[in-house]
Amino acid sequence: MSGAEPGREAAVAGGWELVVGLEVHVELSTATKLFCGCANRFGDEPNTNVCPVCLGLPGSLPVVNAAAVDFAMRLGRALGCEVRPAVFARKNYFYPDMPKDYQISQYDQPTSIDGSLELAGGHVVGIERAHIEEDTGKTTHVGGGGRIHDAAYALVDYNRAGVPLVEIVSRPDIRTAEQARAYVRELRAILLSIGVSDARMEEGSMRVDANVSVRPAGSGELRTRCEIKNLSSLRSLGRAITYEARRHVDLWSSGERPRQETRHWDEAQGRTTPGRSKEDAEDYRYFQDPDLVPLSPSAEQVAAIDAALPALPAARRAELLAAGAGAVSASDAALLVERDQDALVRAAVAVGADPGLTATRVSNDLAVDDWSRVTPDGLAALIAMETSGRVTATQAKQVLAEMVEAGDDPVAIAERRGFQAMAGDDLAATVDQVIAGNPDEWQRFCSGDDADRKKLAGFFIGQVMRATRGRADGAAVNRLLQERAEPA
Amino acid sequence: MSGRISRDEAAHVARLARLRFSDDELDELAAQLSAVLDHAADVEALDVSGIEPTSHPQPLTDVTRADEVRPSLSRDEVLAQAPSVAEGQFRVPPILGEAP
Amino acid sequence: MTALGVAAAVAAGERTARSVAEDYLDRIGAGDGEIGAFNLVLTKEALADADRVDAALGRGEPVGPLAGVPVALKDNLCTRGIPTTCSSRMLEGWRPPYSATVVERLRAAGAVIVGKTNLDEFAMGSSTENSAFGPTRNPHDTSRVPGGSSGGSAAAVAAGFAALALGSDTGGSIRQPAALCGVVGMKPTYGRVSRYGLIAFASSLDQIGPFGATVADAAAGYEAIAGHDPLDSTLIDQPPEPIGDALTDGVEGLRVGVVAELCGGGRQEAHLAGTDGSAASGVEGVAGDVLSRVQDAAEALEQAGAEVRTVSVPSAVLGLSAYYLITSAEASSNLARYDGVRYGLQVDGANAAEMNVNTRTAGFGAEVKRRIMLGTYALSAGYYDAFYSKALRVRTLMLAEFAAVYEDVDVLLCPTAPTTAFELGAKTADPLLMYLNDVCTIPSNLTGHPAISVPYGRGDDGLPVGVQVMGPALSERLIFRVAAALERAAPGDGSTA
Ligand SMILES: [Mg+2]
Ligand SMILES: [Zn+2]
Repeated sequence: MSGAEPGREAAVAGGWELVVGLEVHVELSTATKLFCGCANRFGDEPNTNVCPVCLGLPGSLPVVNAAAVDFAMRLGRALGCEVRPAVFARKNYFYPDMPKDYQISQYDQPTSIDGSLELAGGHVVGIERAHIEEDTGKTTHVGGGGRIHDAAYALVDYNRAGVPLVEIVSRPDIRTAEQARAYVRELRAILLSIGVSDARMEEGSMRVDANVSVRPAGSGELRTRCEIKNLSSLRSLGRAITYEARRHVDLWSSGERPRQETRHWDEAQGRTTPGRSKEDAEDYRYFQDPDLVPLSPSAEQVAAIDAALPALPAARRAELLAAGAGAVSASDAALLVERDQDALVRAAVAVGADPGLTATRVSNDLAVDDWSRVTPDGLAALIAMETSGRVTATQAKQVLAEMVEAGDDPVAIAERRGFQAMAGDDLAATVDQVIAGNPDEWQRFCSGDDADRKKLAGFFIGQVMRATRGRADGAAVNRLLQERAEPA
Repeated sequence: MSGRISRDEAAHVARLARLRFSDDELDELAAQLSAVLDHAADVEALDVSGIEPTSHPQPLTDVTRADEVRPSLSRDEVLAQAPSVAEGQFRVPPILGEAP
Repeated sequence: MTALGVAAAVAAGERTARSVAEDYLDRIGAGDGEIGAFNLVLTKEALADADRVDAALGRGEPVGPLAGVPVALKDNLCTRGIPTTCSSRMLEGWRPPYSATVVERLRAAGAVIVGKTNLDEFAMGSSTENSAFGPTRNPHDTSRVPGGSSGGSAAAVAAGFAALALGSDTGGSIRQPAALCGVVGMKPTYGRVSRYGLIAFASSLDQIGPFGATVADAAAGYEAIAGHDPLDSTLIDQPPEPIGDALTDGVEGLRVGVVAELCGGGRQEAHLAGTDGSAASGVEGVAGDVLSRVQDAAEALEQAGAEVRTVSVPSAVLGLSAYYLITSAEASSNLARYDGVRYGLQVDGANAAEMNVNTRTAGFGAEVKRRIMLGTYALSAGYYDAFYSKALRVRTLMLAEFAAVYEDVDVLLCPTAPTTAFELGAKTADPLLMYLNDVCTIPSNLTGHPAISVPYGRGDDGLPVGVQVMGPALSERLIFRVAAALERAAPGDGSTA
């Protein structure tokens, strides 16, 4: 989008292209775990939401949570995937936080395949698969400052073990760090709109791993990739990709090659550090889990899921842009949909509000958690006051803030506060006073180029605002300044 | 005695399975497993083209349960069975290396 | 007294459940030192169970069909608060916080649980010699094995320590010890009995089933445990048919097939003889005396009005290899959880991985380790296609061949085990030799079909011989009916020790 993309600059500058694929694990917000009736709940005392099944006790057996399957299929369809018959497999490896020392996952027959995700900017990222699997427990390293390598011992809490996850694997279609962040933002917006996860990266209910490699720009090849883990925010994601890309470019450029490995992002140091090497590739000995039977969604089931899907962010953005008839910017549309304020804006526009101004006002000045008191009619009335010049932009912002708190009619609020834009002769007189008081600036305004003029217009508007204590309409002041500089 | 499995291979499999054997035990195991695999040569040699695998004797699908919370176990009962416990959690020696 | 006899006497008030329990506990006390059928005798709990039954009867409340019947449980069935060991050091002292579904069902039926019986560690074996707590001996001859892996349960019923017992059968582990101990043992259709609380060996084959001194007792045991359970995803969603009233129906008009490949017929012998040229050669054909009893049984059925013919299931000979690959693969994964973290044995180490290795190396016996090694190998990346994947296809082949045979016949007949009970230690040195014990029982596990072993006469050594009746999926009623007919026709030299 903008030039502020260090990842892109670093990778592309020397003729290199960044190639990123993301693996996102999302915790589903079901009431119970994937294979047992224990509560799927965050923050309880350790080992209180556990039973024979999620502790992997001898003799226990898993039974699939119907809601988890439904959520996963909903997600698959929202990503445009084919939702198909699926089989649970065992991924065998030893780790203390995994009660059975195998993870039940889907391997060669996942629930969803072949979808895509369109970023707010229009770039399309392919989705290879989205499969259901169980989460592991949580390990705490004790002693040695909590660092894994010099811990004295470790403690394991299995409350999270067996929580349902969907792992969404993108194709390596991401070319910039900003696209990676946009992908995660977009995915999160989809998850929230279909109600299958609270998708909070910071709390770990959405976990992102990035597979990063670089290649000579336009070559189409896929070179050695590194999988970066421990990315707990969008900021980390962008920084880590940028760092890793530069590291790869440096290695290739100096005749070396990156090792295929897992790397950890160190937020404090701002770098990735090597983890497990993937050269001695893990042998997970996948095989179909004999304790579970296949899932076989019918065409009717999939049709019912489709019918119940809400409008997705991409469609909502398109709808808003259409409602704005060219007056709403793409970035405002993205932000409004992300904040779930697109319906409000569309409703206000539907009752006559100016689309461009409504979108700007809401996206700039309604960044609050609870805006439920702002009604489409109230918003439209406010925008009407602003477009008619009855209140200034500054005043409109203040009225909107009060609408958020009290929800009153904007006309009543403006009256109560004594807001009335200064207009006509009063305003012209004030403008003339200010010009007279700043002759040097006025000289430069009249003779300067476009950039000078813009800068000085800001200066004069500010002076007028000060003189009128904000009651002037900036646009009207600007009009008067232009008239006086070039008299007709 | 056939040499289908070498001592090194047996050692590799033992590592995957988190088991330890002496060299003598590995040799004996390698020989025994080789004999079983020799016996399985009939299966190995089978022409399976066109035969689908059967993982499960019953052709069932879509067995699920409702998303309803059921009582969990009492933590005391769970931890009473654990070999080593601290702070309400299972205690294990330090873990080297991250989960795969 | 039979289990049904006990239940009738208790229900009628002729015996108290307590006096029955005391009798059985006394017999265990007097005789189990020699047999070693039990890992744990539940004296206090059994008497409490019995008192509850008596109290319910006293209040005129309904009691279940097994009211007061002393039952022994294979020690791989979880019992809440009661040690459940799988005869492994790995689980010594572990008290599960829950009970297996079958245990709950037996209790609901009024049964009195007298103890947990010995088995080959984690049910891997055919002689009950691979137990961390020492072997069980055959009540008919204590120098011989009881078979396995449910040898403790089979011996307990044979010795009169319990009126009924439960075992688990992954490759013949109920039927083979039943044959060797001269009792009835039955493996239900896969998916008929809940596996919830059965400590897994090989999940796609394991099935719990009953032992009884008579076919009717075994049928009553089966009826008590069969049926749907929301805790097991692999159960058939169809109510089981009652069995009891079918037992007297006879076999008039039934078509019975004797399986050539499982009766020492040409191809199998050649196959078994040619294994590796060393110890195994020639030994494993079905013994002549066993074959004679199967022949006798077939003739008896014919005389009772059945139509008997020889049939062929060529893939049956591939069963043994497929079985060892599939079960070991599943076992290697099922037994990964014994890592020293959550329950059971923990042997410390410098780090978690080392603790895992130390614990597993100390906790598992040789046979369990061998199977974990075989299974890990069979599933590993380089060999999956050559072995595991092909074994799954053998299963497909077998299902198709059995389906075709069941177009022509109603049930199949063959030996349960190739020989009568063998001497302790006779086959422990050569795993393959031991594995060959299961050649006749394995096909039903791979196909998931039901099968039953009924005592039918004696071998040349005077030890019991078992005849196996197999049927298609869900044919429990039919195979019990045929078994009952065989029981009526069997030479009357007694089936218990
Ligand atoms: Mg995953
Ligand atoms: Zn649970």
